Amino acid sequence: MQQVLEGSHAVAEAVRLARAQVISAYPITPQTHIVERLSEYCADGTLNAKFLRVESEHSALAALIGAATSGVRTFTATSSQGLALMHELLHWASGARLPIVMAEVNRALAPGWNIWTDQTDSLAQRDTGWIQLYCEDGQEVLDTTIQAFRLAEWVNLPVMVILDAFFLSHTYEPVDVPDQRSVDRFLPPYQPRFQLDLDNPCAFNQLATPDVYMEMRRNVQTAMEDALAFLEQMEAEFETLFGRRHGAVEAIHCEDADIILLTSGTVTSTSRLVINKLREMGEKVGLLKIKLFRPFPLSPIRELTATAAKVAVIDRNFSFGASGIFAQEIRAALCNLPGHPPVFGYIAGLGGRDITPSVIEDIYWSTKNSPAPELESLWVGLHEVDYAIGRS
Amino acid sequence: MPLDALDREYMCSGHVGCPGCGAAVAMRFLLKALGGKTIMIIPACCWSIIAGAYPQSTLRIPVLHTAFETGGAVASGVRAAQDIKGDTETTVVTWAGDGGTFDIGFQALSGAVERNENFIYVCYDNEAYMNTGAQRSSSTPYGAWTTTTPGQHWKRLRKKNIVEALGAHRIPYAATASIAFPEDLMNKAKKAKSMTGSRFLHIFSSCPTGWGMPSEMSIKIARMAVQTNIFPLYELEDGVRYSINYTPKGYLVNEYFRLQGRFKHLTEEDLAHIQGMVDEDWRLLLRKAGVSPEMI
Repeated sequence: MQQVLEGSHAVAEAVRLARAQVISAYPITPQTHIVERLSEYCADGTLNAKFLRVESEHSALAALIGAATSGVRTFTATSSQGLALMHELLHWASGARLPIVMAEVNRALAPGWNIWTDQTDSLAQRDTGWIQLYCEDGQEVLDTTIQAFRLAEWVNLPVMVILDAFFLSHTYEPVDVPDQRSVDRFLPPYQPRFQLDLDNPCAFNQLATPDVYMEMRRNVQTAMEDALAFLEQMEAEFETLFGRRHGAVEAIHCEDADIILLTSGTVTSTSRLVINKLREMGEKVGLLKIKLFRPFPLSPIRELTATAAKVAVIDRNFSFGASGIFAQEIRAALCNLPGHPPVFGYIAGLGGRDITPSVIEDIYWSTKNSPAPELESLWVGLHEVDYAIGRS
Repeated sequence: MPLDALDREYMCSGHVGCPGCGAAVAMRFLLKALGGKTIMIIPACCWSIIAGAYPQSTLRIPVLHTAFETGGAVASGVRAAQDIKGDTETTVVTWAGDGGTFDIGFQALSGAVERNENFIYVCYDNEAYMNTGAQRSSSTPYGAWTTTTPGQHWKRLRKKNIVEALGAHRIPYAATASIAFPEDLMNKAKKAKSMTGSRFLHIFSSCPTGWGMPSEMSIKIARMAVQTNIFPLYELEDGVRYSINYTPKGYLVNEYFRLQGRFKHLTEEDLAHIQGMVDEDWRLLLRKAGVSPEMI
């Protein structure tokens, strides 16, 4: 059924349809609408789940680690500082192979206090063993959240469904909300492969010596590789039932493009308009949207960029002392391919600054007019400031 | 005491605790009282090691090892999951050291008991971070040497009163217990098991390795801690009703302190000061329990 939904509520509808059994969360803007809606569903009986109103994000994830080890379907949502506080337990959840699903609303990290969108919070967690999926619109948020449970439970890894603060979390769009019966067919009740069990008492997460630890880590990587393969199979099934498919990546006009713009999140929607305009002007430009960040979809990215002359990555995030994080990953993906295109890294829209069509157009022309990137990162639209510290 | 308690054994031989480890004794008695329908959460503490390395476990119940500060929260999640699965009978127990309870885990514990989560939280207290080599915690008593309060920097601050802090949350049951009083310990564990909501047991668990004493002194020292009123045995129900479970013999603290290497630097003057603090705490407890000193 078509409904006009806020991005946050698209998450909540998906969690309701997925029949999550234990939900645990702590408030942080701009994530709160997700868990407020879910608490209402738990209170009025729409959703038969236990809702734990814990005293911190750290405890929110800790509680789910306990619940998921007990063999039930679990969900939490957070953002920015909250995700950073969870950091220790992000590693724990993946190492313990728990299929926890989290909605992560991309928000800038303090200081200064900034509640607007920025991807550095989730990208800083790239090495924690969570599958990461960056969404573009409300429909993708709803579909991906339902799929996240299936994917997580299939490979026994936690999944982060990521959406931009406000541009997506608080924006109302028409969203097709599937019926419960179809979702039940796609996502049957959780069948845990292991759980705390009085009849088969086991110790979980205990001391692991150097003799066994390395294999445990390798197993997480194997599961990541399995996730890459399973995603495609799962999306095919989803498409049969619901008629929609999003893909680990989406290529638009990449096949004959000289310059490929590489985006993630809501910037993709704006970029779609820009490349259409540029195409009408005769420019051979393509757009490659990256949805799946962990595991990183190396093969499609290598294939789709192989014939381009240049790649321009738009990063709404930054790794201090290095560069934009998507740009790093793309460089790493391409570096061993002979004759690969140069990678231009653009930093834009940090802390929620608008990335308008003209910003994206400027990025295109700048890439076209430079034979090679002059700098590792090109910061777009910086104002002149007088508050730099340590520079006279 | 449960009649069949002495026959039931949920802890296997072959654990890797130090000789004379009070925490091993405490675990054995606790599980005898709670029985096998128990799921245990163990945040980082000595017992993360004592329980054994993969693929072995010294406990015959399901155990979930977790991060240091998560004892209260992980138990909340395990309880919620059992409840949603329809199992309201299994006892969920967190088993944590003093560091994981008094310090790093205090926030999650406070959160869990404020929500009156239906579980038992047990703190086995060896009065310092013993698993990492005897560093000071907020449970370390006044006067103690630790590896982070060495030499003239011995701890000159009181031990945090954790039972009072838990009582302030008005939880149904909080009690102290000691490895030297196993019958009392098991009775309290059984009483806790029969109740619902958040229940807290604070078990004095001596540590020969960290306290600088021979391993065979473990039980004796624990008994002296009770006899001297350094660690009184009492219960606190709903945060207001106190019951004192042991009538002291009027022993002075000196001998308790003189038997342990961690206190060897203390002068007679220091010990007199400590005696004063112990007496003051005891009088305060009597007053809360509504007992006049003459009645003891």
